[in-house]
Amino acid sequence: MNARTTRVLQCSAVLVAAGLVLTACGSSGGDSSSGQSKSPSFTGRGPITFAAAKDSSGVVQKVMDSWNAQHPKEKVTFVQLPADVNQQRQQMIQNAETKSDAYTVLWMDVVWTSEFAAHQWIDQLPADQFPLDKMLKPVVETGKYRGNLYAVPQSSDGGVLYYRTDLLKKAGISAAPTTWAEMKADCAKVKQLPEAKDLDCYAGQFQKYEGLTVNFAEAVNSAGGVITAASGKPDVDTPAAKKGLDFLVDSFKDGTIPKEAITYQEEEGRQAFQSGKLIFLRNWPYVYSLAEKSKVAGKFAVAPLPGLTGAGSSSLGGHNVALSSFAKNKATALDFMKFFTSEASAATFLKDASMAPPYGSLYDDAALVKQYPYLPVLKKSILGAVPRPRVVQYGDASSAIQQEAYAALNGDKSSAQALKDLQSELQKSAAQ
Amino acid sequence: MVDTDIPSGAAAGTPGGPVGRRSAPVKASKRAWATAASGRTAALLVSPTLLVLTVVVLYPTVMAFKESLYGTKGLDPKTGFISDTEPFVGLQNYADIFGEAGDRFWNAFWNTTFFTVVTVGLETLIGVSMALIMHKAFSGRALIRASILIPWAVPTAISGLLWRWIFNSDGIANALIGRQVLWTTEGFHAKVAVIIAEVWKTSPFIGLLVLAGLQVIPKEVYEAARLDGAGPLAQFWRITLPLVKPALLVAVLFRCLDALRMFDLPYLLIGAQKNSVETLSMLAQNEASNVRFGPAAAYAVLLFLYVFLIALGFVRLLGTDLVGDVGGPKAKRKNKLRRTAVSGGAEASA
Repeated sequence: MNARTTRVLQCSAVLVAAGLVLTACGSSGGDSSSGQSKSPSFTGRGPITFAAAKDSSGVVQKVMDSWNAQHPKEKVTFVQLPADVNQQRQQMIQNAETKSDAYTVLWMDVVWTSEFAAHQWIDQLPADQFPLDKMLKPVVETGKYRGNLYAVPQSSDGGVLYYRTDLLKKAGISAAPTTWAEMKADCAKVKQLPEAKDLDCYAGQFQKYEGLTVNFAEAVNSAGGVITAASGKPDVDTPAAKKGLDFLVDSFKDGTIPKEAITYQEEEGRQAFQSGKLIFLRNWPYVYSLAEKSKVAGKFAVAPLPGLTGAGSSSLGGHNVALSSFAKNKATALDFMKFFTSEASAATFLKDASMAPPYGSLYDDAALVKQYPYLPVLKKSILGAVPRPRVVQYGDASSAIQQEAYAALNGDKSSAQALKDLQSELQKSAAQ
Repeated sequence: MVDTDIPSGAAAGTPGGPVGRRSAPVKASKRAWATAASGRTAALLVSPTLLVLTVVVLYPTVMAFKESLYGTKGLDPKTGFISDTEPFVGLQNYADIFGEAGDRFWNAFWNTTFFTVVTVGLETLIGVSMALIMHKAFSGRALIRASILIPWAVPTAISGLLWRWIFNSDGIANALIGRQVLWTTEGFHAKVAVIIAEVWKTSPFIGLLVLAGLQVIPKEVYEAARLDGAGPLAQFWRITLPLVKPALLVAVLFRCLDALRMFDLPYLLIGAQKNSVETLSMLAQNEASNVRFGPAAAYAVLLFLYVFLIALGFVRLLGTDLVGDVGGPKAKRKNKLRRTAVSGGAEASA
C-alpha cells in the first residue's frame, strides 16, 4: 500500500511539474508579443473574412457576393457570430486577445469603438479614403477615438416617438408633441376620450440593460445635460441632467409611464403599443413595419423625440466596420471596407433590411421614403443625436448608468443622489 | 486523502459484515506479493488518466490562479492606448474583497449561498416525495415517471426563457396570483422567481437518484417491519430514509455543487447585473467581459475553493455515515469508535 502510494505520488509529481512547464510556456508565449506599430500599413492581398452577427435577412451575404464576383482572387468569407450583442463582442475580444487572424473585418456596435481602439485591437484607418463628408456627422463621430478614425459607419439608428394619430386627432390635437410637457398635456386630453380611458401614456426601455442607458442618455441630453463632457470627463451631476432624469422619475410616479414599463425592453414596449395599450412609445425604426401589420396599422405615425424645451436628442444605434489589427491581407480588407460602406451598399442595406444608412442623401430619396415613410423623421433624429458616452471602459460606464438610473426610477434613491453617485462611479472607472 | 478513503468506503459499501471481513485478508495477501515491477506497471497504467487530468483540470486551475495575481491593464492618458501587459499585483485582487469594492463580491457570495441552501432544501423535499410516488406500483406509473422527468430534460437556457414569459408583467404567474408583481425587477421577488424555476427544473434529478436508491431496498425488510407492527410513517423514518440515505446524500452533493455555480437561470430569467440575483459565476463572467481578467480569475478561484470545501465536507460526511452504518468493529478511528459505541449503547438502552 505504502509503496504504491509513493509511486503514484511520484508519478503525479512529475505530471504536476509537466503542468507547470506548460504554464510557463503559455505565459512566455503571451508576454513575448510585441506591441504593434502605431501607423499601420495596409499591405497584402488575398482572401479575407468578415465577422458579423447572424444575418437573418441575407442582405450581408448578397453584398459580399457582389464583391466576390468582382474580386475572385480576394474573396471574403462570412464568419457568422451569435445574434446576441454581448456574445459578438466577447468573441471579437477573444479573437483579439489570442491575436488570431481569423477575423479580418469586424462589424461592431457603435459603442465599442473607443474600447477596441484603446486596446489596439483595431487599426487606425485613413480618413481621407472614405467619403465621410457625405455621411451624417453624429454617425461619423461614433467611429472616432481621440479624433482619429478607427471604424467606418455601415448603418445607423436613432430613436423616434411613435404616437397614435387616431386618438390625438379625436382629442383635437393636430401635431405630435415636441416637449415632454406637451406630451403629458396631450395624454390628459386623449384620456378624456371614453375609449382611451384605460390607456397608458408613454413608455420606452427601462429594464436594467443597455436600453436603459440609451433612454437615460436621451432624457439627460434632451434636457440639455451631458453624461460625459466634450473632453471625455464625466459631468452628469448637473441641474440640467437632473431635469432629464426627473422627467423619467416623475413620469413613473404620476403614472405617465406605467409601472410595468420598468420591465420593458424593446419588444415588450412594441407589443404594448401594438395591442393599443400605449399612446406614445419611444422605440427604434424597426417597429414601424411590424406595427403596420398589427391592429394599430394606419393609426400611428412617428415624430422626433420630445425634449424639455424643444425637440429632444436621440442616442445613436447602428454599426461600424473596423479592421482587426491582427489580420492578414489588409490592402484587400481596406478595399472591401470601402465597398461595404459605399453609398450603393448602404442603399441595398436600406432597401432589403431597413438598416438606416449613414448617408444623408438616401433619406431624401423619394422612392425610399415611399417604402419607409419614417425616413425624414429618422434623419432629423440622427442629425440631432448624441452618441452614448465614448469611453474606453464603456461596459463599466453603462453598468454604472443602469445601476443608478434604475435605482432612481424604482424610487430607491432620489434623482439628485443617483446622479451624484453616478458621477463618482464614472470618475472612478475613467481613472482606471 | 482519496487513497485513505477508498478502503473504508469499499469495505463499508458491502452491506453484510462477513463479506467485508472476507475481503480484507485477500487485499492483504495481494499487497504482500506486489513487487516494485507491478507498482511501476500500475503507475504507468494510471498515468494517461493523470495526464488528462493535468491538462484539463490542473493546468487551467493553475493558470486561473496565476491570472488572479495580475491587475487590470492601465490606460496611458497621453497616447490613449491601453498598455500591453497586465501589472503584477500579488494578492491585491483577493485583498480587495475586504475593502470598499468587496460589497459586490459579498452580495454575490450571499446570493450564491442563499440560492444553494434554499433550492437544494426544497429540491430534496420535493425530490424525495417524487421518488416515493414514482416508486409505488400503480397503473400509469410509466407516464408519471416520464412526466416528472421532463423538467430535467429541458435545457436550462430554454427553461429560463419559458419562466421569463411566465413571470412577465402580463404573464401567467401574475394572472394566477391575481395581482401584478414585477418579478424581473430588483427585489426579493426576483430571488423567489429564480428559486421557483430552479426547483422546478432540478427536483426530478434528486427524485431520479433517490428512486434508484429506493429500488435496491429489499422487500423483506418492509415485510419484517409490518410484522413488527410498524406503520407507514415509522417505516419511512426507520427503514426507507436510513437505507436511501447514501443515494440521497450523493444527490444532494451533486445538486449543491451545481447550485453553487448557478449562472444561466438568473442570467436569462432576471438579467445580468441585477444585485438581487447576481451569483459568483455571474460576477466572474461580468468582470471577464469587461476585460478585467485578474479580478475575474480571483473570483473564479474563490468560487472554486468554496465549492471544493463544500465537496470536501460532504465526502467527509458521506464517509462518516457509511462507516457508522457498518457498525463499531469496522470504524478505524478511535473517536468514531467511541461515538458509535455511545450511540449503540443509547439505542440499546432505549
